[in-house]
Amino acid sequence: MILSWRASAATLLVALLAGCAATPLRGTGDLGVVIERASGSVEIVDTTTRGVLGRVEGLGDLSHASAVFSRDGRYAYVFGRDGGLTKVDLLAMRVDRRIVQAGNSIGGAISQDGRYVAAQNYEPGGIKVFDAATLELVADVPSAYGAEGKRSKVVGLADLPGERFVYSLLDAGEIRVTDLSDPHEPKTQAFPAGRQPYDGLVTPDGRYYLSGLFGEDGIALLDTWHPENGSRRIMDHYGRGEEKLPVYKMPHLRGWSVAGRRAYLPAVGHHEVLVVDTATWKEVGRVPVKGQPVFAIARPDGRQVWVNFALPDNGWVQVIDTDSGKVVKTFEAGKAILHMEFTPRGEAVWLSARDDDRITIYDTATLQPLATLPAKSPSGIFFTSRANRIGF
Amino acid sequence: MTGVNDRAQREDESGAMRKVMVIVIALASLEAAAAGELPDAARQAELTRLVREDCGSCHGMRLTGGLGTPLTAEALRGKPAEALVATVTYGHPGTAMPPWRTMLSEADIRWIVTQLTAGFPEMKR
Repeated sequence: MILSWRASAATLLVALLAGCAATPLRGTGDLGVVIERASGSVEIVDTTTRGVLGRVEGLGDLSHASAVFSRDGRYAYVFGRDGGLTKVDLLAMRVDRRIVQAGNSIGGAISQDGRYVAAQNYEPGGIKVFDAATLELVADVPSAYGAEGKRSKVVGLADLPGERFVYSLLDAGEIRVTDLSDPHEPKTQAFPAGRQPYDGLVTPDGRYYLSGLFGEDGIALLDTWHPENGSRRIMDHYGRGEEKLPVYKMPHLRGWSVAGRRAYLPAVGHHEVLVVDTATWKEVGRVPVKGQPVFAIARPDGRQVWVNFALPDNGWVQVIDTDSGKVVKTFEAGKAILHMEFTPRGEAVWLSARDDDRITIYDTATLQPLATLPAKSPSGIFFTSRANRIGF
Repeated sequence: MTGVNDRAQREDESGAMRKVMVIVIALASLEAAAAGELPDAARQAELTRLVREDCGSCHGMRLTGGLGTPLTAEALRGKPAEALVATVTYGHPGTAMPPWRTMLSEADIRWIVTQLTAGFPEMKR
């Protein structure tokens, strides 16, 4: 069939117009952000193609940064050291909006219904809650404590069901729960935790909050289904009176500590990962490891826990097989392995090597490297699969 | 009543003081170098990276603080150098500041403290 010249022209015009349309439609479920800690930028990455899609700049001081995702998986909210909170559009690869909401901050959370984003602040101490769409301030909850009303640094912020946020006060030694059912009238309860909580985690079912302590050997536990019972101490004196080793970097806690029925928690000042049964909250074992664990992260199916370390062992990674309870691999993964993140169903894990300017992607079945990607001084890696996980 | 002139005079004096301090520190560094106590250029680059990146985990990469206290020249003004050297060497028990003596020599620590009080250099990339 031969087209008339008019039909040919029309066909060509339609083809040209379609080509000029915006980038092809795609989902965000396999996307993520990599924090570039020295340049105030993030890379947008794709875990299906194992590629870097682009870089977004202008996020301020990201020398400690963490991220949560919008409910629809479209946006990352990046919390920076300088108190910056940046809403990044993962598809348009640009800053959607940005505010500086405190003097010094380390992280945040998104509410159960996705309408609010909360930041945890060191200075001034407290949490601030923002509208997730506009970043307008909705609530300001100072972390005042004691007779003088001083404000404590806030750590370990996570979301809870019931439009609540839970967090720990480092200087006050408390766990607090703030209910934002009426965001203009936040209601806060306080519970004793212990000396110097350094981070916290919510179990994947959203029920239990664990506050890791730096100032003593033990963990504070709150059953958020029964706050009327208060908090209690678990793993008390886990150091067993042994000399505490120096801690060159604080461990980090999140719901990825939980593998199946057990939680794998970094010991503080001991080169061990503590294994705790989440039904009884009793210790069921400990795994001796190479150095001070910073992150102990479970593969999504719970069969492996990957561990990285503080100085002077921060080039090393170990893999624990949870079935046997043993370390099955110990290897030097690069210079300054800061973070590890599993793909949504865990077939691969991405590791950041800050001083190699590189991300290395490992196959979690064979434990062999699959690919590397360039990144400038990479630290945290966050995938959008966090978007609908409680406590992330 | 303090006036603009008084304040201008004080600012001149503190500016002059700062210049004197810079010269004193430079001379002290030269002396230390002569005595063989100064880390060489390669070690200085490593220490610069260590302070910005690893001390920076707690003190901030810009040294404006975080879990740890700020370590800018302004924040450290008035603190005796020996006290700072002791804190880096032995840590600060009861806080998150660990002892660095197993990883850093005395010369390393003195160099770091001198640089911090003068305003810490940026990493060369």
